[in-house]
Amino acid sequence: MSSKPFKQIITKVLIVIALLIGAVYAGFPVLWMVVCSFKPNPEIFAYPPSFISETFSFDAYKAIFMDSAKVRFFINSYLVSLLVTVLTLFVGILAAYGISRYEFKLKKPLNMLIINVQAVPPITLLIPYFSLIVALRLYNTYFALIFTYMVFTLPYAIIMMTGYFNTLPKELDESVLVNGGNSFISLWKVLVPISIPGIVSTGIYTFMQAWNEYLFALTLTKTNEMRTVPIGIQLLMGQHSYEWNQMMAMSILGCLPVLILFLFLQRYFIAGMTAGAIKS
Amino acid sequence: MITNSSIANKSKKSTLQSAKKKLSPYVYLSPTIILMTVLMLIPIVMVILYSFKDNVIMNKNPVFAGIKHYVDIIKDGTFHQAIYNTLYFTVMSVIFHFVLGLSFAMLLNTKVLKPATKSLFRVIYVLPWVFTATIIAILWRLMLNPNGIINYMLTTANIVSNKIEWLSSTQFALHALTYINIWSGYPFFMISLLAGLQGIPAELYEAATIDGANTVQSFRYVTVAKLKPIIVSMAMLDFIWTVQQFPLVWMTTGGGPIHATEMLSTYTYKLAFSSYNFSQASASAVIVLILSMCMALFYVKNQKAGD
Repeated sequence: MSSKPFKQIITKVLIVIALLIGAVYAGFPVLWMVVCSFKPNPEIFAYPPSFISETFSFDAYKAIFMDSAKVRFFINSYLVSLLVTVLTLFVGILAAYGISRYEFKLKKPLNMLIINVQAVPPITLLIPYFSLIVALRLYNTYFALIFTYMVFTLPYAIIMMTGYFNTLPKELDESVLVNGGNSFISLWKVLVPISIPGIVSTGIYTFMQAWNEYLFALTLTKTNEMRTVPIGIQLLMGQHSYEWNQMMAMSILGCLPVLILFLFLQRYFIAGMTAGAIKS
Repeated sequence: MITNSSIANKSKKSTLQSAKKKLSPYVYLSPTIILMTVLMLIPIVMVILYSFKDNVIMNKNPVFAGIKHYVDIIKDGTFHQAIYNTLYFTVMSVIFHFVLGLSFAMLLNTKVLKPATKSLFRVIYVLPWVFTATIIAILWRLMLNPNGIINYMLTTANIVSNKIEWLSSTQFALHALTYINIWSGYPFFMISLLAGLQGIPAELYEAATIDGANTVQSFRYVTVAKLKPIIVSMAMLDFIWTVQQFPLVWMTTGGGPIHATEMLSTYTYKLAFSSYNFSQASASAVIVLILSMCMALFYVKNQKAGD
């Protein structure tokens, strides 16, 4: 009789052990990053390695906050990512409304195009972008980044927002039309306010894509004043020495916006991540 | 008279309205259409034209070169190496993303632990995914440094006797890079599969047990069968994305040592921005585009079949 609870306990113990092993696999590198960001640089490769450094210090963080050139990377990243998010949401919501609420000839081919566009490799677009951006005299400007980022943020935003609008009954916006309003009013006054959860998911995902972008930022900007965080971290790999502790500190500061968004808005994140793979 | 004109008026109004209704979707879609034309169609036409010309971008009036650049690339041994590396990197990544993603998702879906404990583990498991490729690259360069923590642990545990140059030896670099990519990419599978697992009704498992299915059988016929659509579409998306991976490779090994980790993306990038051979780079970019589009067609076809 006692074999059943015993078996359950064994199962539970095994699951907990498996979960802990998985947590070490997933979490140890992150923990190591945090540990190293509080070490002085010469101690990074000390033998044997120390976990809690005797010389625990915030020097690496201070060095970043005191250096206006490094702070500038963060300002650039926030500026570009926020503007990309706002513009993508605006254009994406308009397009999603058109696709969700109207039947028209080009609907199918347009849908196909939007899905397929996501598979176009950034490296293929990079060469023509480079020559276009240089020809338009936009090389090394915010505009070059904001404009080109929309090529990969917009299709995803349209797909997500179309899916969201499709879940809302058409009667909602038709009531506005019956009362003499136009479709534009029904979109912004009726649909947008009740679509906030969908817009937040889409916005978070868009922000993240822009925040993490590397290839276009590397190629379409040149001076340190225009660099974003992903490129800025790389610039700390100097010619003479690697400032490992600062790189780790900057990495942690660089992932904070995404981490905070994730911790507080998990369900929106998960909605965004699963939207691509699960069809309702 | 009055009724006639009002009818005429009405029909006029309704044709106007229907014309307006026909136009409206295009009004809403016009910003998207303009952006996609400028950012997608024109650049793709440009890159295809570039690939057939000589000395583009560097020379103001490039001459037609035919398929010379394609022939050069297809004959290039480095290109063959890049194709092999990209395939190895991508196939291994997708397989292990799936295996780890499903294992972790099933662990997190267990009923024996409290929801609070599970959500703590879930946050830890998702961690690799909040880091951008640059950060992942730098973190692993620190850990895989010959004097780094990984070698310390391996030598202390007597698993290896010498410090290994993980990222700068031709023997290990590709495997190390693939390992890093596996670490950074499985959460995407995990989250989707977890959502899928939570959507499987418990009755299905009960029914399977009543029918005499053991654990392996109910995993095979309930779990895997129910998750199959998610697994297939995740695997295809992951394949498309991993083939295009650039920042992680560029920041860890830069394609080296001696092309040991050269991928199609780094090969193309180097042709353009290290050798300034934009024409040949364009030909390479077009080849990468064609490969990606073939995968995308499979993906769309599969999605349609699922509808």
